[in-house]
Amino acid sequence: MGKIKLLQGNEACAEGALYAGCTFFAGYPITPSTEVAEYMARRLPQIGGVFLQMEDEIAAMAAVIGGALTGCKSLTATSGPGFSLKQENMGFAMLTEVPCVIVNVMRGGPSTGVPTGPGQSDIMQCKWGTHGDHPAICLTPAYVQEIFSETVRAFNLSEKYRTPVIIAYDEIVGHMRERIEISDPGVLPVVQRPRPACPPAEYLPYDDSKGDVPPMANFFEGYRYHVTGLNHGPDGFPVNASPRIHTDELRLIRKVDSNRADIVKFEEYLLEDAEVAVFAYGVSGRSAKTAVNQVRSEGVKAGLFRPLTIWPFPEEQVAGLSGRVRKIIVPELSLGQIIHEVDRCSKGRCGIEGIHRVDGDPITPAQIVARIKEVM
Amino acid sequence: MSGRYEIRFSGSGGQGLILAGVIFAEAAAIYDNKNAVQSQSYGPEARGGASKSEVIISDETIDFPKATSIDLMLALTQEACAKYYKDIKPDGTLLVDEDFVREIPKGSFKVISLPIIRTASEEIGKAFAANIVAIGTIAAITGRVSREAVEKAVLSRVPKGTEDLNKRALLAGYDLVKRRAN
Amino acid sequence: MAFDYSQYIRGGKLPHIWCPGCTYGIIFKSILRAVDSLKLPKDDIAMVSGIGCASRLPGYVDFNTLHTTHGRALPFATGIKMAKPDKHVLVVSGDGDATAIGGNHFIHACRRNIDLTVLVFNNYIYGMTGGQYSPATPTGHMAATMPYGNVDSPFDIPALAKGAGASFVARGTAFHATALDKLIVDAIQHKGLSVVEIINACPTTHGRRNKFKSPTDMLLWMKDTFMPVAAFEKLPPEKTAGKFPMGVLYRKEGVPEYCKTYYGLVERLKKQGEGRA
Repeated sequence: MGKIKLLQGNEACAEGALYAGCTFFAGYPITPSTEVAEYMARRLPQIGGVFLQMEDEIAAMAAVIGGALTGCKSLTATSGPGFSLKQENMGFAMLTEVPCVIVNVMRGGPSTGVPTGPGQSDIMQCKWGTHGDHPAICLTPAYVQEIFSETVRAFNLSEKYRTPVIIAYDEIVGHMRERIEISDPGVLPVVQRPRPACPPAEYLPYDDSKGDVPPMANFFEGYRYHVTGLNHGPDGFPVNASPRIHTDELRLIRKVDSNRADIVKFEEYLLEDAEVAVFAYGVSGRSAKTAVNQVRSEGVKAGLFRPLTIWPFPEEQVAGLSGRVRKIIVPELSLGQIIHEVDRCSKGRCGIEGIHRVDGDPITPAQIVARIKEVM
Repeated sequence: MSGRYEIRFSGSGGQGLILAGVIFAEAAAIYDNKNAVQSQSYGPEARGGASKSEVIISDETIDFPKATSIDLMLALTQEACAKYYKDIKPDGTLLVDEDFVREIPKGSFKVISLPIIRTASEEIGKAFAANIVAIGTIAAITGRVSREAVEKAVLSRVPKGTEDLNKRALLAGYDLVKRRAN
Repeated sequence: MAFDYSQYIRGGKLPHIWCPGCTYGIIFKSILRAVDSLKLPKDDIAMVSGIGCASRLPGYVDFNTLHTTHGRALPFATGIKMAKPDKHVLVVSGDGDATAIGGNHFIHACRRNIDLTVLVFNNYIYGMTGGQYSPATPTGHMAATMPYGNVDSPFDIPALAKGAGASFVARGTAFHATALDKLIVDAIQHKGLSVVEIINACPTTHGRRNKFKSPTDMLLWMKDTFMPVAAFEKLPPEKTAGKFPMGVLYRKEGVPEYCKTYYGLVERLKKQGEGRA
């Protein structure tokens, strides 16, 4: 039995990071994510790690990549406007294959929007935020316990696939407190990045000949290689020509796409005999579960599909679901983003209905119950 | 949703109502081993304005984390009372500060009016202990958390050196309810 | 015996991308001579850059090298230095990279006085994108985006660095290359944030538009315009009009260095933790 605590979602995120071996945090104050930074500011100096409050969000993302290149497991946490500012450097980390974890505690937007209220309208930005074609992994925990364990998983995926991983949850889940168990060391798996076995003279940092995830040497370990945001060859140096750019970008995408079975995680709740399914994540997923329980008690056959990995999107699962139910209801705290993904994967096999709300309050179980009854 | 009990702590920013919610949730979740969720909503101000903190206690898993059908609501200010009372369920309870909430909103809920802030400032000698007095009154009224658990939770969350004062504040809260009942 | 640059240059990476007449090659060699004179192990050096002509330099040198996003070299370098405070982190950046898009990072790195060596290659122009004016372009100079002459005012980069808190500030030029070696050596050895503004020539996008007939003219302009700071300070103002000082312009020892302060805190907490245990 691990330690039992009553923690905020944001605090559980910091605990998860520490559990995963995170020793480097750089951030910038922004509501509603700041508690992650505050927790790390207290804990990291105690364990000899690095805490940096940088001059802006861009600098924080840059410092995180710098820390990660030296071998540290590195974290930053932000919210809407800060997440927008970090995008260029996140793209840098994707192309240069530097593992790191970015937490986005979602609030309303655009612009300053509703800093103290929940939102889910950054979810497409989590996939498409940076420019160019790029891989995306984004996890969407909804319970404080899940934030802890999914943060550990985020670091694991990031190290394993050498790519930035985003954790996106809303203000409500970030600020609410629940009882959680912080597992004892060794209970949850903790993954380290693949390391080179060859001598430095033979090391090619972006060698794709032996697999899609090349081993990563850390700075100052004798490998002395080059990291650039330009498209590059196996040796890390700029390449400005076909076909390398094309094939290497395909590899970056394939690292994630061909490992969906390992990355995509979800909860299926009472879906076996469901006639109506709700597809929801984060606080909307919690509302949906309460709603499903309520209509089930009245004999209505409803179920819940709750993704814990939103990117890569659980395409196969949603496709399968759409063939078994009459309707999929998608409650989200946006005016319609993830519903288009559900629609894309359903290919017209069932009806899709959204419940959308952007007024700083969550979608209530009553709203979802009413919609389920309408469509039955 | 049997067993789900929703409490809202409301007042003005700086009265320690978020802490009150945290302590109450901790008493239930950590020391009484029930399921509890604490959440809050606030404006941009660190002080002043209406502020609320919510605790949901249940024997079952709590999914939707916000209060929508409130069993008990505490209001320490008139502004908070007027702003937040509408979610109290018909057979719920509205607990108000006797001195600071004079206009009681109409509704079928039960109203209990107690001198929470006055007790803190006069009996305990510190108005800022009103949140702890309030915890005592709510624990006594609801019976949802054990006295032992509340005491442990209070002592684990208050600053060092203020344990005695806060323990007295908690007892004063329990006593307020006991006296009113007699 | 001639200096063997090849020991620091990555095989097969030359020729460099710089234009004929560009002075960056001079600085490149000066940096290598400075590093060599300090006998710094190559494994212990990281060189970090942003975007621009100067920022291509790390690709050629046999260190741990990082070519980042435009303007952001300093925060990347800060992350590296904080994680590995005993390593040498050199930052190369152009005038646009360091003081326009990276201006906020520049002043904050100076304020923190973190032990980085920042070499600002000032060629008074955005060279790579084709000669647009930068925060260092003198008023009146022609640029692709100032076709009627620059109506904007330039930064004094050393003054900016000093004002923001850098504890070592120097200026050198491509013409005075041997003197530059020593400035870079001093900058690397200084414990704290060091800024060396290095005056360079971009004949292709700056000189050509501004009545410099040849790259040589630009070097001669440096020769005539920059004078050792000691001599500069002795002259009355009327004699220094249009001239600039070079050398170590400002140096202050004993200013708290960020890594040292931070790891001092770590040590203190460790002792407290041991005390409690």
